[in-house]
Amino acid sequence: MHELAIAESIIDAVLERTGDRSVTVVRLQVGRLSGVVPDALTFCFELATAGTAIEGAELEIAEPTGRAHCRDCDVDFVVDDLILLCDCGSADVEVVAGRELSVTSVEVA
Amino acid sequence: MCATCGCGTDETRVTAVGTAAVPVHAHDHDHPHDHDHPHDHDHPHDHDAADAPAHPHTHTVDIEQAILAKNDDLAVHNRVWLTERGIVAVNLMSSPGAGKTTLLERTIREAGAGRCVSVIEGDQETVFDAERIRDAGAKAVQINTGSGCHLDASMVRSGLEALRPANDDLVFLENVGNLVCPALFDLGEARKVVIISVTEGDDKPLKYPHMFAAADLVIVNKTDLLPYVDFDVDRCERDARSLNPNMTWMPLSARTGDNLGAWYDWLRGLTPAAD
Repeated sequence: MHELAIAESIIDAVLERTGDRSVTVVRLQVGRLSGVVPDALTFCFELATAGTAIEGAELEIAEPTGRAHCRDCDVDFVVDDLILLCDCGSADVEVVAGRELSVTSVEVA
Repeated sequence: MCATCGCGTDETRVTAVGTAAVPVHAHDHDHPHDHDHPHDHDHPHDHDAADAPAHPHTHTVDIEQAILAKNDDLAVHNRVWLTERGIVAVNLMSSPGAGKTTLLERTIREAGAGRCVSVIEGDQETVFDAERIRDAGAKAVQINTGSGCHLDASMVRSGLEALRPANDDLVFLENVGNLVCPALFDLGEARKVVIISVTEGDDKPLKYPHMFAAADLVIVNKTDLLPYVDFDVDRCERDARSLNPNMTWMPLSARTGDNLGAWYDWLRGLTPAAD
């Protein structure tokens, strides 16, 4: 349940910028290869924000698709999991998207 | 542990075995958790005016910050601190019972690492493992994470302050037994090691891909039990390599000592900084 620690990190990052102002929306990027489960994060976020200026804020989570680049055939392709194998058979593959784990913006009242 | 949400109100504790526990980063959170607001959220949110901004009475603040930035900054700090002292740190991860502590006990007793060893032990509760390490002959500090499921860079910093490793030591960071959460948290280590034991089943790499994708070394422990279990070592290696083609693969038995030479050779080849 690392999502609780992730939720606490989000709260720290937001409060550092917004202080006492009431936050109504928190926008995140949680890539599909990041290892963080959005539903679990939403659950933990609601609990962890209780009593803070973020309490009750809506969590908007964008989930960028995983994409990888094959160094052998120089092609980008979609990856749904961490098995990084190009159709050409090469495993010399680099993940270029899908590992995002960031707070992008918030709405403050 | 807080019964309402499971969060760690009971604080992380660091214990140099034989001394009293010291709470660290209080995560002050003196929350009542009464939380009785109804959450009915029956405000309309219909916003049917097409040209109206989505949140008319609010304004947007760009943050653009990695969620784990604070942990990652602390991990960099740990890594610099360790490297400046010539200390090699190895993050050991596995499910509970895979044999992390047994492997460390034997490594310490046989002086296999080629360096003086000290250990930061991570467990939710008890100082059992730190006592085992001390009895094997090495310095150990126990970090109890309470409800926490992994070590983070802040806990390791506190652990290093309590452990006070000597220059050029090898410090093992024995993570909380868990194949999921520790994969996400950089501690400042030079290398990540994942241990899987043959009694757990050969399907673990594909079930817990993040952990195996992050590993520099994958150890298959308890090979002495292979005759008694259905564990296909080749399949397990193939699956692990599909996630992480460049990892080092090392079957061994910490109990019988089979192939421990490969482990000792690997440890002796380590340098303080990660690549």
